[in-house]
Order: sequence, then C-alpha cells, then structure tokens
Amino acid sequence: MARGTARRSHLPLGLVLPAALALGLALGYPLVRQVVLSLQEFGLAQQFGQAPEWIGLGNYRELLGNGELWPVVLRTVAFCFVNAGLTFAIGLGLALLMTRMSKVTRVLTQCGLLLAWAMPVVAAMTVWQFLFDTEYGVVNWLLTALGGDFDGHSWLLDPWSFFLVATLVVVWMSVPFVAFTLYAALTQVPEDVVEAAQIDGAGPRQRFVHVVLPSIRPVLLVVVLLQVIWDLRVFTQIYTLQKAGGVSKDTNLLGTYVYTLGIKGGDFGMAASAAMFMLLLTVVLTAPYVRMMLRQERDA
Amino acid sequence: MARRTSLPVRIGADLVGIVVFLACVFPVYWMVSRSFLPRNRIKGEDPVFVPTGGTLDNYRRVFSDGSFTDALVTSLTVTLLTVGVALLFAFLAAVAVSRFRFRGRRTFILTLLVIQMIPAEALFISQYKMLDGMSLLNSVIGLTIVYVASVLPFTVWTLRGFVDGVPRELEEAAMMDGCSRTGAFFKVTLPLLAPGLVATGVFAFIQAWNEFTLAVVVMTDPDKKTLPVWLVAFTDSRSRGVDWGAIMASSTLITIPVIIFFLVVQRRMVSGITAGAVKG
Repeated sequence: MARGTARRSHLPLGLVLPAALALGLALGYPLVRQVVLSLQEFGLAQQFGQAPEWIGLGNYRELLGNGELWPVVLRTVAFCFVNAGLTFAIGLGLALLMTRMSKVTRVLTQCGLLLAWAMPVVAAMTVWQFLFDTEYGVVNWLLTALGGDFDGHSWLLDPWSFFLVATLVVVWMSVPFVAFTLYAALTQVPEDVVEAAQIDGAGPRQRFVHVVLPSIRPVLLVVVLLQVIWDLRVFTQIYTLQKAGGVSKDTNLLGTYVYTLGIKGGDFGMAASAAMFMLLLTVVLTAPYVRMMLRQERDA
Repeated sequence: MARRTSLPVRIGADLVGIVVFLACVFPVYWMVSRSFLPRNRIKGEDPVFVPTGGTLDNYRRVFSDGSFTDALVTSLTVTLLTVGVALLFAFLAAVAVSRFRFRGRRTFILTLLVIQMIPAEALFISQYKMLDGMSLLNSVIGLTIVYVASVLPFTVWTLRGFVDGVPRELEEAAMMDGCSRTGAFFKVTLPLLAPGLVATGVFAFIQAWNEFTLAVVVMTDPDKKTLPVWLVAFTDSRSRGVDWGAIMASSTLITIPVIIFFLVVQRRMVSGITAGAVKG
C-alpha cells in the first residue's frame, strides 16, 4: 500500500472530500450559525428582514432567568436516566434469560423483539395512542374490566401519566436493541473460561461478576452510552403525545422546548441558545464514551 | 455459556420469554387486525380480540383524498435520493479510510465519531434557518441535504468495517496477475463488498423512511409532507372524529416495507451498530 500512497497522495483526500463537504454544509455550517444565532436578538421582526441585533449573552440570561429552562433540563435528564436505566435493566435481564430458555421460546422471544424493534416510531406512536385512547383504548377497557374506574380516563392530561405512557413506548421500542446486542455478547463469552472458574469453585454469582461481566464490559459500556444519547434526544414520542392531547407546558423535554421556542414561536435567538444547552448536555453526558473511543482509535 | 440449566430456571425463563413475546407482538397485532375491522366494530362496547371477517374500507379511506399517495411519493423520493447519495459518498470515504494512510485521516475518523453524538434536535433550528436562507424549505432537495448528513457518519463507519473485511492480499494477488490497482479493486474487492453495500443501504433507507424530527421541521407545507409527518397530522385531525381504522391501516402500510427490510439486515444490524461503535 505504501507505493500507492506515495504516488497518488491526493487520491484519498479526493475520496473523502464529498462526504466531508456534505457534513460541513449540513452540520458544520449550521453549528457555527447556531452559536452566532444564540448571541443575537432574532425574532419575528428579523424573520421579516430587520437586521439581527447582537445582544451578547442576553438570550442565555433570559433563558436562565425566566425560570422555564431549568425545569425542562431537569425533566429531560430525569426522563433520560429513567428510560435508559429501565431499558438497560430489562434488556440485560432478558439477554441473560435468553441464554437459559429452551430453543423454541428463545426463537419466539427474538421474533417478538425483532417486530417491536422494526416498528417505525410514528407507527408505534399511533398504535400506543390507540391502546391508551380515552374512549376506544383497550387499556381503559381492561382496567375497567379488572374493577378500576377508568371509563373515559384520559392518560395524557396529567404530566405524570403522560410520561408514564411516553416511558412505556420508549422502553418498548428500545429494549430489543439492548437485549439482542447483549445476548450476542453473552454468547461470545468463552465457555471454557466459565467452566474453569466453576471447577475452581466459583458459584453462579461469582462466575457472572468475575468472568462474564468483565468479558462483555466493552459492549455494556457502548450500549449504556448509546441509550443515554438516544433517550436524551427523545422528540417524536413527546411531540406526538402532546399533539394527541397532552398539555405541552409541563411535558416539554429539551427537543420539544427548542421546537416550541423556534419553529412555533419564531424566536430563533432564544431557540438557538436553548439548543446550545442541549448540545452541552450531550457533550457532558457522553464525554466518557468519546474518551473511550479516542483511546481505542489511538490503540488501533 | 451455561450449558446446564436446571429445569425450574428453564421454565421460569420460558415463561418470561412468552410474556415478552406477547408484549412485543400485541401492539403490532392490534394495529394490523384493527386495520381490517369496520368502523362500528372498532368502536364497539367491548374490543374484538379475535376478529373474523374483515374489510378493506379502512384502506380505501386512506387512499381516498390522494394525500397519502402524495406523501408516499415525497417519502420515497427523499429516501431513495438520501440512500443513493449517502451510499456513494460513504463508499468513497470508507475506501479512503480503510485502504490509505493520509494526513487528516485520524481527524476525519474522530470527527465522524463526535458527529454521531450530536442529536438532530440540537441543530434543527439552525438547519431550518440555513435551508430557509437557501429557499430550500419544503423541498425534497433541502430535506435530502440534512438527511444525507445525518446518515453519513453511520454509513461511512459501517462500510469501513466491510472494506476492512476484504483482505488486501486478494487485491494484491490480482495485481500480481496483471490487474491494475483500480482494476483489481473493481474486479475483486467491489463484488465482495456488494452484500455490505446492500446492508448499509437498507439501513440508511430505514433511517430516512422513519425520520420524523427533521421532516416536521423542514416540510411544513401540507402538500410536502413525508409519510411520518402525514401520519401524525392525519392522527391529529380530530375535527372529523378520530378514524382509528384508517389510522391503523396507514400505520400498517408505513410499517410493511420497514419490517421486510429489517428482516433482510437484522443479523448485520446487531453486529453493525456495536462494531461501528467499538472498533477503531
């Protein structure tokens, strides 16, 4: 390969160029633009041609001062941790159980998981909305049949039950990926090592903690961090549930909050600075992951 | 691992498996079965769990005003354009990263990694402003531009894995036999990459087909909706009473291509996502 590299040193750069330009245009430029926007007064008047005014950190100050942002940030982080935690716990439990199931049940379980995984998010949302529908939802019907008073109960009006439904859908959609990935990792654990530990007198728990867990650790880390990233940016589920009758004020997460400020409200300066918070939150929460990747890239 | 499982443990695991199966399948079953039920049976006093006999009325209503078909055309155009462009760009970049050592290679790889972490939700405001400035809001081209960028990092990453998987020795052997370097690449490496290209393309297809956030931001014009945006608006049109039958029918239609494609690539998908994330 050294020959080729020396002779045509511009070829690889040329090959990378289209991808780099596309990313620069659609992500790099907006990123810079967003920083600028977040430092400007950019509302409806500016939409109609008035020059934007530089206001320094004014948007950030207002965002932090008007008391709207912190509840949204807290809600976003809490939602993210609860969902990522539940998804991970259920996914790991299921992956472990799958190693113990009879073959038929395992295939059955995997088919089910695959189906839930494959559902497009909007289709899943409409079905779950239907299941929880006030009038025709099967959940209300079932709970009423079981003796509850759920006739005509609206699940989306109260923020807590709103997030209960949202969590249910998000976890339902996310567990398959975790379960499949961890199951795949578990089947890679070398059997002779586990057996050797057993011969040396290690009980099931010791074998799991000292042999199995360390060998699936890299995959565990990746799964947890991907899940955190994905649950931090939940937008579609919240957006559709809000449309379906939820109160948006107390149910906004960062994504829908930015949307409400900017696209709906026309205040692009404020929306941009709120989006910067989201970016910041992502960076903070994923820093360990990125560092791990950097280390691996260096070692490679 | 764990070859010997005691009977009680196995039975317990099997029971959980069956419950999980039901929990996964029930919503999908509900969607499909409701899509064939006439309106009065959907809105009956007790839900119909095992429907007998069905109707295509719900599907007829989905197609009745032509808006579903319009959205279908928009969705297909954007999705196929995205897959085509992203696959081409990603393929070139993957070959460069996998087969050459060059200045900026590491920077490029690391940039891809970092970009993958950026949520679309944190950038759509300025992407909206940018497309607005280019008069590309409500245009297939505009949406394709942001879609290509959002699927590129993953696509490059996955394809790089596939290119890495084709041994250089094969190319070198062909060159010994008198092939040019380019010839060796096209005659030996490319055919071996075909399955990888298909899998990656299918994955990009699913992502673009399902995407909602950017679509709802960029395509605000009622005539320019993609299918997911159309479906949400359709579900939301409460003025004429929620038509659950038609909503379930259209949801089923949107789901079918994804399920088919998903089954094609699922084996590679599990290894693909984590391999892309773990290996350098």
